[in-house]
Amino acid sequence: MRRVVITGQGTINALATSSGETFEAFREGRCGIGPLDIRDVDRLAIQIGGQVHGYDPQQEFNRQEISLYDRFTQFTLHAAREAIGQSGLSFSGDLAAQSGVILGTSGGGLNTQDENYRAVYEEGKNRVHPFVVPKLMNNAAASHVSMQYNLKGPSFTVATACASSNHAMGQAFNFIRSGMATVMITGGSESMLCFGGVKAWEGLRVMSKDACRPFSANRNGMVQGEGAAIFVMEDYAHAKARGAEILAEVIGFAMTSDASDIVMPSRQGAARAISGAMKDAKIHPSEVGYINAHGTGTAANDKTECAAVSDAFGSHADNLMISSTKSMHGHVIGGTGAIELLACIMALRDGIIAPTVNYEEPDPECALDVVPNEAREAKVDVVLSNAFAFGGLNAVLALKRV
Amino acid sequence: MSASVKEKVIEIIAEQAVLEVSDIKLDASLEDLGIDSLGLVESIFAIEEAFDISVPFNANEPSESEFDISSVSAIIGAVEKLVAEQKA
Repeated sequence: MRRVVITGQGTINALATSSGETFEAFREGRCGIGPLDIRDVDRLAIQIGGQVHGYDPQQEFNRQEISLYDRFTQFTLHAAREAIGQSGLSFSGDLAAQSGVILGTSGGGLNTQDENYRAVYEEGKNRVHPFVVPKLMNNAAASHVSMQYNLKGPSFTVATACASSNHAMGQAFNFIRSGMATVMITGGSESMLCFGGVKAWEGLRVMSKDACRPFSANRNGMVQGEGAAIFVMEDYAHAKARGAEILAEVIGFAMTSDASDIVMPSRQGAARAISGAMKDAKIHPSEVGYINAHGTGTAANDKTECAAVSDAFGSHADNLMISSTKSMHGHVIGGTGAIELLACIMALRDGIIAPTVNYEEPDPECALDVVPNEAREAKVDVVLSNAFAFGGLNAVLALKRV
Repeated sequence: MSASVKEKVIEIIAEQAVLEVSDIKLDASLEDLGIDSLGLVESIFAIEEAFDISVPFNANEPSESEFDISSVSAIIGAVEKLVAEQKA
């Protein structure tokens, strides 16, 4: 089996419009969550979110492109440009045929749907723009990446709610590992911060009105974010032969299904995914130094996740660090695992663990080292990234320092 | 408590619990009636729609919500209060 490495990374999220600036925000423990600036926000009960700022689509795309690119596609292309640029790769001939795109998203072109439903239902219009369908479809972002960079191999989009991008990256990893592809562009994107997107989440009554405080006893729910992160995964031998800079090695992946409840997480399902990723990576639990938690800040997730980590690691659970960067960039739903993988790479490469900010009160049900409020210097060799979706679908990745 | 609010709330809870209205005891908790967290959120939505009110309730901290859900009679009382406040 081939080894798989990451040779490019890119992002746009509530903290920054590049990976370098995102790492800076992680190191500073900066929170990117604030008042939502969207149409009809006054009719929402939840008025905060991790919205992208400092981004002007007109600066990056021309008029024809904007008419085809929903916000989630724009975020994807923005992040892909940084990632593929960093990798130094260009795709032609055999390499193009052996390289593809697998991305995660939950809502796809939700802004496009929201705007056009509004036009026909609220405003009574009987005509919509001709590109509504190619703009809103979930695979639009993956297809535009493939067109822009000439990626002609296996390409598709994965939608498993909050685990979408971990599932996508796990597939990309296995495509290269098994020899089905040489390079895969992977990650995820989400832009659900529109009236309909937030209103739908309000209905479940799991959203916080003031802040995302993962693992803190006074946590009162999740906060939605938006953005994307894209990675270049590459066959290790290929990367080595061309002298590419290697950011991290992907060493394992596992996915499980709880088969129990449509919204409540399962301790066993999560623990099986965590243990499965370590088994797939052929590592002992004691080698893991850091876990990027799913850590949504809901009552249910955080205590279940901590219990699952305790089950999977036994006494080593008390020696490792686990933090939730959702406290800073919000829950980016189908793109969240990709943005969180950046914190894993930062831990491995820079020896800096991103903190869980807004942490105020210890919770006996979350009694792990959650790296509260301040980033920490620590040398770690192996890290995990957890994602547990509504519908009970779990996906965990294992990465190693190279 | 006003008969109309009481009857309507009991009707909503009975439907959610898949029980007859006559089986809903006022001192029963939602747990006694077999209503789980999703059932609770759905019941609150039905109450909001039935009375055209907004119920302050966060599933992450049910005990800290102003809306008392400890028993059927507590819920009826809380709904009556909200109806009075929000229709004033």
